[in-house]
Amino acid sequence: MSTLSEAESKRLLGAHGVPFLEERIVTTPRDAVEAADELGYPVVAKLNGDKISHKTERGLVKLNLRDATSVEHAATELFAAATPQDGVVQVLIAPMLHGTRELIAGLLHDEQFGSTVMLGVGGVLAEAIQDVVFRLVPITEIDAQEMIEELATQPLLSEFRGEPAVDRSALIAVLLGLSRLSEGNANVQSVDVNPLIISPLDGRPVAVDALVEVAT
Amino acid sequence: MNASNSSHDRREDFSAFDALFNPKGVVVAGASSHPGKFGFVALHNILACGYRGAVGATNRDGGTVLGIETATDIESLDADTYDLVFVCTPASANPELLRACAKKGIRAAFVTSAGYAEAGEEGIGAQRQLVALANELGILLAGPNGQGVISTPAHLCAQIVAPYPPAGKIGIASQSGNFVSSFMNLAVQSGVGVSRAVSAGNAAAIGVADYLEYYANDPHTAVALAYLEGVSDGRALFERLRSVAACKPLVLLKGGATSGGQRAAASHTGSLASDDRVFDGMCRQAGITRAANVEEAFEAAATFATQPQLRGPKTMVITTAGGWGVVTADAIANSELELAALPADLKAAIDEKLPPRWSKNNPIDLAGGETRDTIPEVLQLVAAHPEVDAIVYLGLGIQSNQAQLLRNGPYYPDHGIERIVAYHERQDARFAQAAADVSAATGKPILTATELGVAAPDNAGPATVRTTGRLCYATANRAVAALEHLWRDARYRQRRLG
Repeated sequence: MSTLSEAESKRLLGAHGVPFLEERIVTTPRDAVEAADELGYPVVAKLNGDKISHKTERGLVKLNLRDATSVEHAATELFAAATPQDGVVQVLIAPMLHGTRELIAGLLHDEQFGSTVMLGVGGVLAEAIQDVVFRLVPITEIDAQEMIEELATQPLLSEFRGEPAVDRSALIAVLLGLSRLSEGNANVQSVDVNPLIISPLDGRPVAVDALVEVAT
Repeated sequence: MNASNSSHDRREDFSAFDALFNPKGVVVAGASSHPGKFGFVALHNILACGYRGAVGATNRDGGTVLGIETATDIESLDADTYDLVFVCTPASANPELLRACAKKGIRAAFVTSAGYAEAGEEGIGAQRQLVALANELGILLAGPNGQGVISTPAHLCAQIVAPYPPAGKIGIASQSGNFVSSFMNLAVQSGVGVSRAVSAGNAAAIGVADYLEYYANDPHTAVALAYLEGVSDGRALFERLRSVAACKPLVLLKGGATSGGQRAAASHTGSLASDDRVFDGMCRQAGITRAANVEEAFEAAATFATQPQLRGPKTMVITTAGGWGVVTADAIANSELELAALPADLKAAIDEKLPPRWSKNNPIDLAGGETRDTIPEVLQLVAAHPEVDAIVYLGLGIQSNQAQLLRNGPYYPDHGIERIVAYHERQDARFAQAAADVSAATGKPILTATELGVAAPDNAGPATVRTTGRLCYATANRAVAALEHLWRDARYRQRRLG
């Protein structure tokens, strides 16, 4: 079993309709500012590279950058923090999404029933709340709709603290995309789309991070 | 034991199952003259429960058992008279027995003998050989190590345990014989009966899914009720159960739900998974009604078997006393059912029937304002309303409960007591009958709930519910739970099957 890199995971999932935040890869602090100007503030800056892991622990993620000066400053710091062991590096600029609500979606190979699609309440409390539902691959649109209905924490899916209700058809599309991905890629053992943030602007789910495990 | 492993070819027709469930004649192999032995009990139960086909028996030493002249071997029996053999002989005798049975035209064997896969390495080998032999001979092999088979349309109780349940429309299949007994004991208690029941035993050749597929095509069975433990080929089981559930409601009780527990997993998805969650999702996806315990499973099946098909979630509560209605409303609000708003025209119509103190909302609390005909009239008004899909009716039998106290007291029958006792009992019987009649006429479920069904089953109210063939729910919460299962099933069908 091995994992795909963040970029590869996102590419595979993106190709199956899982929406990710638009992001830019840049190689200079000046380009970082240009990218942030295009994407709109605030943004996140991360050092990116095939060999880089434990970004948060190493301080390689700069959150909530509100203007050009702070982006330029952060990008300069990130490039300076790269070590020779990190190999070729870039800086990744993405919009900073503040969502109150986080879901988790994924795929899992079950010993008894084979490939399954999963949807649950995400975030740091996910494993304490354990509000999660499964279906066997392949799922239909009705199955996906019923997965959403079956979550116990329904108030989280309605209008919530001034944010719009979850766009259920967009969420159904994510689940159907995962099911199709599983059908077309027998070597995929598990997928985590976590967190799947509910956008405070339009209620659509947006994936921020993803991890794909494949059989080797 | 496996639910889905099966050497029985699913594409073949079900005629061999007809030999099991509708035999023209049954032979008990290994009939015993000792009333403590299975070979005696099995023959007794077949004879005592009204089976009308030919009954034969073998005993190595011959002799008469329960008036039946036993044969010393199968060869000595009439040919083409029997098509089911109920096997109580030791495992070592069974290969020869099956060969002889095949020559007599016997097409199905229920093997109750132990000493097979449950008994270790040697037994596993013996079981494998028995399956191969049965396949070679073209004999449908049920068991081994099972309790037996019940088929009320054939008046057949080929079983080494009690009870023989009342006839009805529930088809039972179980990986554990004890659960067959439990479900059938609940059938005896409630009066809601059974069509077929079978314990799969070791399920060597035929598993629970095979029996369920037979029930799916069985005109005597309206709902299937199954107990499952182990699952081997989960994907195949899913497909087969989904096909069964597409034909008729399938209620499932799963043992070992909490074993396995959480996975040790690298991924978040994996750490949130458990065998039970995946199994639960499978049930939802297949349209299976999954129950959490024995009584919930039986009551869901009994409700499918005896109530009209539910069309929507809008539920009304009709009660003769306030508190019950409030608690029932809470249960409905916490379910996937809908505590329907009381439509204005219905409110106006009920106003005509009751003094002003009635609740004027849902729950419809009659608040003691009812007179002789109010309850049947209100049941009819509410059930006939297009904005109502189902009714939970509370308060049946209260007056008959008092009547019983009056009847058993020292003043009966004087002081006018005899007359009032008869009146109360007549009224409660009428109300129970009205609930069934109105339900049948409007095609909407009406579930009657009172603890008197358990506390005083002879009470005229609950006793009449029973004679209408319906279940008297012990509590309103249990009625709501059963109705919620009906709604989930109906919604599944509406969404997928149109």
